[in-house]
Amino acid sequence: MDGHVAPRLNLDAVRADFPILAEKVRGKPFTFLDSGASAQKPRQVIGAMVRMMETAYANVHRGAYHMSEQATEAYEAARGAVARFLNAGDVREIIFTGSSTNAINLVAHSYGRGVMKPGQAVVISEMEHHANIVPWQMARDAVGIELRVCRITDSGELDLDDLAAKLADGKVGLVAVTHMSNVLGTVTPAAQIARMAHEAGAKVLFDGSQAAVHRRVDVREIDADFYVFTGHKLYGPTGIGVLYAKGELQEAMPPFLGGGDMIAEVFFEKSVWAPYPAKFEAGTPPIIEAIGLHAAIDYVNAIGMSAIEAHERALVDRAMARLPQIEGVTLLGRAQDRGGVFAFAIDTAHAHDVATLLDRAGIAVRSGRHCAEPLHERFGVESTCRASFGLYTTPAEVDLLADALHQAREFFR
Amino acid sequence: MSGGLFDDLRDLYQEVILDHGRKPRNFRRLDDADRTARGDNPMCGDRMELFVKLAPDGHIEDATFEGRGCAISMASASLMTDTVKGKTQAQARQMGENFRALAMTGVCPDCGGDIADDMERLAPLSGVHDFPSRVKCATLAWHTLNAALDGGAKEASSE
Repeated sequence: MDGHVAPRLNLDAVRADFPILAEKVRGKPFTFLDSGASAQKPRQVIGAMVRMMETAYANVHRGAYHMSEQATEAYEAARGAVARFLNAGDVREIIFTGSSTNAINLVAHSYGRGVMKPGQAVVISEMEHHANIVPWQMARDAVGIELRVCRITDSGELDLDDLAAKLADGKVGLVAVTHMSNVLGTVTPAAQIARMAHEAGAKVLFDGSQAAVHRRVDVREIDADFYVFTGHKLYGPTGIGVLYAKGELQEAMPPFLGGGDMIAEVFFEKSVWAPYPAKFEAGTPPIIEAIGLHAAIDYVNAIGMSAIEAHERALVDRAMARLPQIEGVTLLGRAQDRGGVFAFAIDTAHAHDVATLLDRAGIAVRSGRHCAEPLHERFGVESTCRASFGLYTTPAEVDLLADALHQAREFFR
Repeated sequence: MSGGLFDDLRDLYQEVILDHGRKPRNFRRLDDADRTARGDNPMCGDRMELFVKLAPDGHIEDATFEGRGCAISMASASLMTDTVKGKTQAQARQMGENFRALAMTGVCPDCGGDIADDMERLAPLSGVHDFPSRVKCATLAWHTLNAALDGGAKEASSE
């Protein structure tokens, strides 16, 4: 970082911001290692949402009265905060949706079915979340586009040679891949993927549900055409997701959902769409959630994404030093560039039995297939446990996990 | 067994369950099965295939299974196939009803009578009632048995 030392994250202060971390589970401190599924919420987010409801709430874009104008201003300010968070060039390139899943479905519908032509192909990868698989299967079955699956290497990295091969015939209209795997922790080389896609005449979508939480994302630097993330994994509320989409693409795309707020004029014979991004925000949007997401972005910005990244880097190094040392524990994936997500199997026990034991120690991990069934097939494992870190995760929690896993293996031996 | 972090889980993972989980009984295909069914817990990754051989009078002559899953689901299938052998289909279904009550509440008011001894054998699994997310692991085998007895190659799920 140009000799610049990243500011350190004050872990005690951070943890004090999250009321739930003071809870006890089965009489033990709550060791929350499932932030990859959904992160906990700081007081700043909770407070902003409560304040909005108590002092400044009304529907947006509708009322010619003070409260509605104030709510509209707050909602649009949240859009501005998201645009700056992603370094988008234009605030209108930010569409609010209900979730990452909704955002990908929007693209699959409005771009996949609405703009792409039958015979064109979408490339996804073997390490996608179901949310970035199923919408494309549905688009494939509806309009006859082809679905291609880019391989990953045994270490859990995107196989760029295979990506090049998949792009070679020039038929690919869109590459839709994760920016960070929710199972392997692999961070994909977004700028390189975008370059390869663009050279082959394809657009590119990144599922940033995991990545945007752990490091600074600059959609212009990586030259993403679409970028998706969700509020609830970024210490914000559920019920809000973000789709970044370049203006020229939004211009060309038909709406996804029809209803109020997305139209300029409505007659019974026809309607005229509102300009983007309103065209893609039918109905009353997640207003309170947008205010919560704004507060969450302010929160991580105040700590600093580089400080968060440095903190999590140290946790990843510690986990990589400890977890593979435990006899009988196998980690899935060994990517060079990775974030704080670890999926593992234990030789003597099934993932669900391990999770039940860890719960007894107050440790919350996810177990199963983590909405990535094809990836588990790829690695030939039935199911895994997954530990995922957040900005409030402590080195001591990583140690506790390692100790507990060792004891869990002994328990089932 | 080192450490004591998980000692209080011995109620759930009793030795008989660990034993049946590690070395499931009746763990094989029955090529001449009269009834089969597949059971699946998509959330967990528990999967099993159950095989039932019926005697001419309709009672269960043999029951076996194959599959993969957690210790609870494997132990439950192992114990179930052991206990339903020799039972009439009605008795087996009644045992399944009773077992579901046992798994969900930890007690079984109707577990007396002529199936009392068999229900006693299944009692070690009653510990799952304290673990709501694990009840379906224990009941999967019994759902799959019902699907097999109903006939047809149905897929059972305890979701």
